[in-house]
Amino acid sequence: MHRRFIGFLALKQKFIILLLLVFAIVLPFTIKNQYIFRLAILSLQWIFLTQSLNLLAGVLGQISLGHIAFYGIGAYTCTILAKNYDFPTWAAWLAAIAVSALFGFALALPTLRLSGYYLTIVTLGFGEIIRLIEINWVSLTRGPLGILNIPKPEFFGYQIKSNIQFYFLMLIILVLSTVLLCRLVNSRTGRAIVATREDSIAAEAMGINIFKYKTMVFVIAAAMAGLCGAFFAQYTNYIDPTSFKSDQSTLLIIMALLGGMGSQIGPFIGAIVLTILPEMIRELMEYRMLLYGVVLLLIMQVRPDGLMGGVNLRYVRQKLLFEKERSKKTAEKGAEAEL
Amino acid sequence: MFIQQLINGITIGCNYALVAIGFTMVFGVLRLVNLANGSIFALGAFFTLIIYTAMQGHFLLSLLCAILATAFVGVMVDRLALYRLRKKGAARVSGMITTLAIATIIDNAVIILFGSQTRPFKRPKDFGNILIGDAVVGKLQIYILLSILAIVLILSYLIYKTKLGKSMLATAQDPEAAMLMGISVNRIISLTFAISAALACFAGSMIGLYYQAIDVTLGTSIGMKTFAAAVLGGVGSIPGAFVGGIVVGVIETFVAVYLSSGLRDAIAFFILIVVLLIKPAGIFGKKVVEKV
Repeated sequence: MHRRFIGFLALKQKFIILLLLVFAIVLPFTIKNQYIFRLAILSLQWIFLTQSLNLLAGVLGQISLGHIAFYGIGAYTCTILAKNYDFPTWAAWLAAIAVSALFGFALALPTLRLSGYYLTIVTLGFGEIIRLIEINWVSLTRGPLGILNIPKPEFFGYQIKSNIQFYFLMLIILVLSTVLLCRLVNSRTGRAIVATREDSIAAEAMGINIFKYKTMVFVIAAAMAGLCGAFFAQYTNYIDPTSFKSDQSTLLIIMALLGGMGSQIGPFIGAIVLTILPEMIRELMEYRMLLYGVVLLLIMQVRPDGLMGGVNLRYVRQKLLFEKERSKKTAEKGAEAEL
Repeated sequence: MFIQQLINGITIGCNYALVAIGFTMVFGVLRLVNLANGSIFALGAFFTLIIYTAMQGHFLLSLLCAILATAFVGVMVDRLALYRLRKKGAARVSGMITTLAIATIIDNAVIILFGSQTRPFKRPKDFGNILIGDAVVGKLQIYILLSILAIVLILSYLIYKTKLGKSMLATAQDPEAAMLMGISVNRIISLTFAISAALACFAGSMIGLYYQAIDVTLGTSIGMKTFAAAVLGGVGSIPGAFVGGIVVGVIETFVAVYLSSGLRDAIAFFILIVVLLIKPAGIFGKKVVEKV
């Protein structure tokens, strides 16, 4: 079943992407319900966030347990600049990206000395520190009260207010990021990053500057999460530290893992399934996180790489096409022999 | 004031030390970062509270029951989730993520069963205070300190002097060689999990008694503090975890008193990051040279 699904994906890749894109563009015009609209935007957001974690955890292989911290940093930076200092939106967003990227850089510095678990524990600690700062630095963040009435984004006189506009803003960001990430992963740089993941010592021996690539991935992933945070803050109008709890980081990991680590399609599957599924069973809201935990446990038991993890679609496609060709040839030969 | 806070810090730190020892033992044997340790700590504390409320009065007996129950949970965590991964030879990171899943499950199960609000933890009796110099020290603190000291001594005897402990150390050093020497590695691993959970339960109950309240979030923050303690002492080293726990407890108490109580939880992470940056092997840890 799984094999056939992947084979189908590999062969019809372009068609499926086109179909999904058309679906994504048509979707907002058919939705009347505010709640479903919110869910659609939320899904896009989670896909984008999962992509950023996937780059770090899947492509580079460095699990981060505090990834939501960057999202929080982006959200708070954008909010404080736009609300208290009247920054124009583009400047506030750029600042949010820059500040998150800076923190990502700072977090990457220990990679000089640490690897594996230690760094994972550092990311966990980092996430908690950021959350505690958000709660305790009351003069800046208003602590647990949160910040209300965040101004709506405005790009060069064009104000974004309605759900549709927010939806398309996020969709554009997502499409851009998907294209760029695919190009990055398939480029020389991407190969170097994957080599670092597979065997850092061998990669270093091949002349790959491990530290440079690790830092780069940390910075990109953090910047993406920061951008998403800025969007989130201006979209929801209200932020408080509970949106950036470690639960959310765990949820991100589950999304990335369910879809498949290191896969470019994975984040779409993981984030959409895990955003929409719990909403469909509203009675189980109380058990939501418990359910996520069970899902994570099951993934690890059944398929630790996730649905699309360790699947090379290009390879599958070529293999399938080759097999088709061969069976066609043997069929022709058979026909000739019969004649 | 200073001595009083020092004693308070050591009391808290001893509890961290116990949890950190459990964490470090599991890491030593399995090379596994057990992210569920803090959750098991909270679970143990809740078990004690529930059994104690149900039994009306026998605190020590209910503590014992809770310790057994938590140890059972610890063994089950290994048997149901981690054992299969080991058998399949899955990557170590899968083990860590599995413990993350277990932490999520336990935390939320506790929230669903017992509620997320802070629960009062009634002391069995008023223990009273004694004066040491001009510091007021609760008798409870002294009981906690003495009992933890006793546990650590017994545990060290068990690990360093008995055959069982030696097989544990052998498993930590090289599981395959240990298996060839006739050690039942899986039984040793289960035992390690049981001890680790039992220690967490004891520390949880003591913290509950000391603060007279418990809630779920305590597990998360204790989990982080014990990482800090274990890393500070050198992961895998039992004396290191003990010293690390006490140091974290003392520093935390002083920061809360002299700087700001809001920073209380942040300081452990700060210690953690600083130690990892300056001396990742910790105080007692040996630097491992990576062989290719």
